Amino acid sequence: MYDFAYHKPSSIADAVKLLTDDPDAKPVSGGMTLLPALKHRLNQPTALVDLSGIAELRDVRREGDALVIGAMVRHYEVATDPQIMAAIPALARMASTIGDTQVRNRGTIGGSIANNDPAADYPAAALALGATIVTDRRSIPADDFFLGMFTTALEPGELVTAISFPIPEKAGYAKLRNPASRYSMTGVFVARGPKGVGVGVNGAGPCAFRQAEMEAALAANWSVEAVAGVKQAPDDLNSDIHGSAEYRANLVTVMAKRAVADAG
Amino acid sequence: MPNVTLTVNGKTHAVEVEGRTLLVEVLREKLRLTGTHVGCDTSQCGACVVHIGGDSVKSCTILAVQADGAEVTTIEGLAAADGTLHPMQEAFREHHALQCGFCTPGMVMSAIDLVKKHPDGLSEQEIREGLEGNICRCTGYHNIVKAIAAAADVMQGRATEVARAAE
Amino acid sequence: MNVTKPVGAAFEGIGASVRRKEDLRFLRGRGRYTDDLSRPEQLQAWILRSPHAHARILSIDTAAAAAMPGVQAVLTAKEAEADGLGGVPCGWQVTGKGGQVMAEPMHPVLASGKVRHVGDPVAMVVAETKAQARDAAEAILVEYAPLPALPDMAAALAPRAVALHDEAPGNLCFDWEIGDKAATDAAFAGAHKVVRFETTNNRLVPNAMEPRAALGEYDPNADEYTLTTTSQNPHVIRLLMGGFVLKVPEAKLRVVAPDVGGGFGSKIYHYAEEALVTWAARRVGRPVKWTCERSESFLSDAHGRDHVTRAELALDAEGRFLGLRVETLANMGAYLSTFAPAIPTYLSATLLAGCYTTPAIHGQVKAVFTSTVPVDAYRGAGRPETTYLLERLVDVAARETGIDRIEIRRRNFIHPDQFPYQTPVALQYDSGDYETTLRLALEAADHAGFEQRRAEAKARGKLRGIGISTYLEACGIAPSKLVGQLGARAGLYEVANIRVHPTGSISVFTGTHSHGQGHETTFAQLVAEQLGVPLGSVEIVHGDTGKIPFGMGTYGSRSLAVGGAAMVKAMDKIIAKGRRIAAHLLEASVEDIEFGVDEAGGRFRVAGTDRTKSLAEISMAAYVPHDYPIEELEPGLEETAFYDPKNFTYPGGCHVCEVEIDPETGETQVVNFTACDDVGRVINPMIVEGQIQGGLAQGIGQALLEGTVYDSEGQLLTASLNDYAMPRATQVPSFGVSTAVTLCTHNPLGVKGCGEVGAIGSPPAVINAVVDALRELGVTHVEMPATPLKIWSIIQGKGGALSAATA
Repeated sequence: MYDFAYHKPSSIADAVKLLTDDPDAKPVSGGMTLLPALKHRLNQPTALVDLSGIAELRDVRREGDALVIGAMVRHYEVATDPQIMAAIPALARMASTIGDTQVRNRGTIGGSIANNDPAADYPAAALALGATIVTDRRSIPADDFFLGMFTTALEPGELVTAISFPIPEKAGYAKLRNPASRYSMTGVFVARGPKGVGVGVNGAGPCAFRQAEMEAALAANWSVEAVAGVKQAPDDLNSDIHGSAEYRANLVTVMAKRAVADAG
Repeated sequence: MPNVTLTVNGKTHAVEVEGRTLLVEVLREKLRLTGTHVGCDTSQCGACVVHIGGDSVKSCTILAVQADGAEVTTIEGLAAADGTLHPMQEAFREHHALQCGFCTPGMVMSAIDLVKKHPDGLSEQEIREGLEGNICRCTGYHNIVKAIAAAADVMQGRATEVARAAE
Repeated sequence: MNVTKPVGAAFEGIGASVRRKEDLRFLRGRGRYTDDLSRPEQLQAWILRSPHAHARILSIDTAAAAAMPGVQAVLTAKEAEADGLGGVPCGWQVTGKGGQVMAEPMHPVLASGKVRHVGDPVAMVVAETKAQARDAAEAILVEYAPLPALPDMAAALAPRAVALHDEAPGNLCFDWEIGDKAATDAAFAGAHKVVRFETTNNRLVPNAMEPRAALGEYDPNADEYTLTTTSQNPHVIRLLMGGFVLKVPEAKLRVVAPDVGGGFGSKIYHYAEEALVTWAARRVGRPVKWTCERSESFLSDAHGRDHVTRAELALDAEGRFLGLRVETLANMGAYLSTFAPAIPTYLSATLLAGCYTTPAIHGQVKAVFTSTVPVDAYRGAGRPETTYLLERLVDVAARETGIDRIEIRRRNFIHPDQFPYQTPVALQYDSGDYETTLRLALEAADHAGFEQRRAEAKARGKLRGIGISTYLEACGIAPSKLVGQLGARAGLYEVANIRVHPTGSISVFTGTHSHGQGHETTFAQLVAEQLGVPLGSVEIVHGDTGKIPFGMGTYGSRSLAVGGAAMVKAMDKIIAKGRRIAAHLLEASVEDIEFGVDEAGGRFRVAGTDRTKSLAEISMAAYVPHDYPIEELEPGLEETAFYDPKNFTYPGGCHVCEVEIDPETGETQVVNFTACDDVGRVINPMIVEGQIQGGLAQGIGQALLEGTVYDSEGQLLTASLNDYAMPRATQVPSFGVSTAVTLCTHNPLGVKGCGEVGAIGSPPAVINAVVDALRELGVTHVEMPATPLKIWSIIQGKGGALSAATA
């Protein structure tokens, strides 16, 4: 690791100011992705701004028909929070499969969303559920937030503060893990809710995406059979030694079937 | 350079670190608690697992400054003051759940958190899934799974000793 | 020797599952591994490694690095050459066809003139902290002129391929053969049927959980060096490093291997970093420590396997094997590691008979240099490669002849009444009973009930298959004279020094090394039982050339068969001397004194009387020789023995694997794994079962998960745990493990060895099960590792498998 300064602000405003004043500073929440990258000297921030001292980022609350989860809520808390388990049990189940116990004890939903790793679990859920990403300055629909590999709509210095999930009627998730990294090789989150049917896919492409044909099929007929007939085109999907684009395309369908079964 | 205060195994230490200093580096190099090991650089092997506030954490993936003020427990802090082993340590010995011993401290610390997070007991599958973050190259996991099941029974009051398993 | 279980005490002798002595320190976090040690004034080293697979070094500019904060030294080949350092030596010289000795290129400790694999050490920075050393290493300017990479054997053997070493034109290290070619050709000429099989035994990265580390120290007053290192054999390191690299006499060089976190072969070899820190410690006048990062270990620890093999088996009309022809290309990597030339030859091709009576065998091995990390022994070392080849080939033969897979094995087994059995490929097996281990494994696996389980799985949408392997291996290495004839540059005996202290406690100094095997317990059980002392009064000391007379270390499942036998020999000497002391004290003739162990412990007795002396009384007399035959006998009770084995030992057995394949994802889950192994006499069943379970997980890892991939530029794509799939707890099953014993006939304990059988027997059982699961699809072979992607691709009919037998 290269050395850096360390700040631990106690308010969102202070954090944003630190990040705005120093464009080469980086925010750190759980650090589950950032720290391994720093250890391999893959980037060289001048300062880390630790968000763990900001109490208001840790709330979970119901707002009307939505569940609002603070950015610093850890995966383990998402997996076990009674409100979340009652409102969106599929989201809690998904959180219980992220990484390993130690990642879940440290990693946060906001960090995962802001990092937008193509193989991370949350972006697919956010897309499928029609979530809204709340930042220190605005609200961004998930559809407009995830722009590409490790790229989001966040401006320099802009912080994710919470994610607002419309509560679905039903939702489900299934993934296949990469045999080495154990990240999602391909995962599919399906949901039917106030905004209609959503199907979010992670791991398969350079960025999580919605599978529109499957959404249409499920909207017409919510069943395993409905998605079984939809084939994902392999064009533009990721290809590596563990999974070709064709393999991942197949997994989109297979995991969609299993996610629908999981949703019931 | 930043100063951090850590309470490790009940003892409070004030140490000077760099921003980039990892918790595991403080434990091993400054506090000489070398029972916590480093087996990889990609946060996967789990040899470095310690408890922070009772939760298992990979000490190679947290900065010392992030742990400022924390209550840390390492493998050295598990046994009772009179030397009596924690039931998980005892079960690992009883069921031959370690060979070279290198992954063992992290494995034991993860296992204790795993049992804590399943207060009603664990199935074999839940134990195996709970070990996702810990790699052992020696044992094939068979005896680790047995040991954790036995320790869980003791820790959760279903048994009084990590009895020798039916062989 | 009569052994009576002490009344009222837990039995702790041979055959008891004694809980391990070493566990208490490991479980309390008090193990002492190399990186746990810190010395006053210690410096840290970072190695700058080549980013190129093959390149000429045009220049190295270290000036900026040397001026960085905390830097004490920046060392390159220039300094190494100026100080007269030698190359890293190879411990085995193979002589090929026509008496042609192998090409043995120089292996410098720091790259000189050229780099030959990604990860080849180029410079070492020594600084106050590791971060400073690494910061400075980034400031070293190296100008490279890239040369063509030779990422695999096909590239290296291609016509007009660039030579990696001037000493090895065509990148050929040696071309070697074994067996009777004419007899084998004749067998094929008369065959009813010939089956063919080709396979690549996948390259593996050992990944012991403790990364390698080395701590060098130099004491100017005594002019003595100490190296503390993660080694399986400290005396071998002292010999190779002291004798060939640093040119320091043994008396001035101490090598310590403290607690070592797993080895699996990868910590046998002498590595450049060991010599570098020892050398640097003298140059800078302070201790120097180097600890490998995991990702760095992928580029610097010797890899395993990587054989490409073509085989043909000739059969008669009844399915009896008549002849076997095998041609193997063995990847050596960029340089010859310590044992590398022996692996595909004397540890692999000599096993081509397996447990079968094939009368004529001819094997050929070409060893090839490539621009990859050196390849050497990894758990099983040569024997897994041959076992995989044979056990897949036998399954292919069964399918092509229509003979049941089990029946064809039975028809060709060497039977118990055929021992000693001379194979056509040099080895003479002493004992075994392959039919019994086969029968017991099939029963334990409920082989008879498999079809019902297959049907039940099919109803759940899963493809279920069962596979077996009946294997034999040769370990307990090795007779020195024999291996000397075969090219070994060392003897392979083992050494034990047993010191009975005045009050009867015992220190056992062994030249073997325990890095997970539990020697501190097993050896203590052996000594405690044979000398009749409590287990707690026996201490096993290993891993320090300053304490132990000599030793060849631990690998090849040799510790008990060779090291334990040396202890027996030393104990025999202790008892012989004790009898002479007892004869004096009891005023009897030596011939009338017998030693035995009863409830009270080990005692010397005047035969037929109740006049006895305990071992403690004898040892006290030996150290306080007031009433002692001092004119004829030296005081003290300490003996050293060197034991040179008469033969290899030959464990064998049967592994039965059941898998379920998810046809939608290609994922394979091992749902049942049953092993029945004959490892000879068992001292501690708990430890033996643990060794077998661990070996099975590594074998399953090879079969399903672990593959090492280089790209066409020679870059390692699987260069971290993020990319290289290690078995996790969810990816292996609970194991059904048992043993069935035939005794080794030529060592005093009747032991064979258990460290490698799991990794040797299991990969073909797994792949045979995978192929069986896919048989309805017409699949005849799946290459290792059988990853989800590969299986799914096969199911899709898009290739990905080598269609083996009928191609």
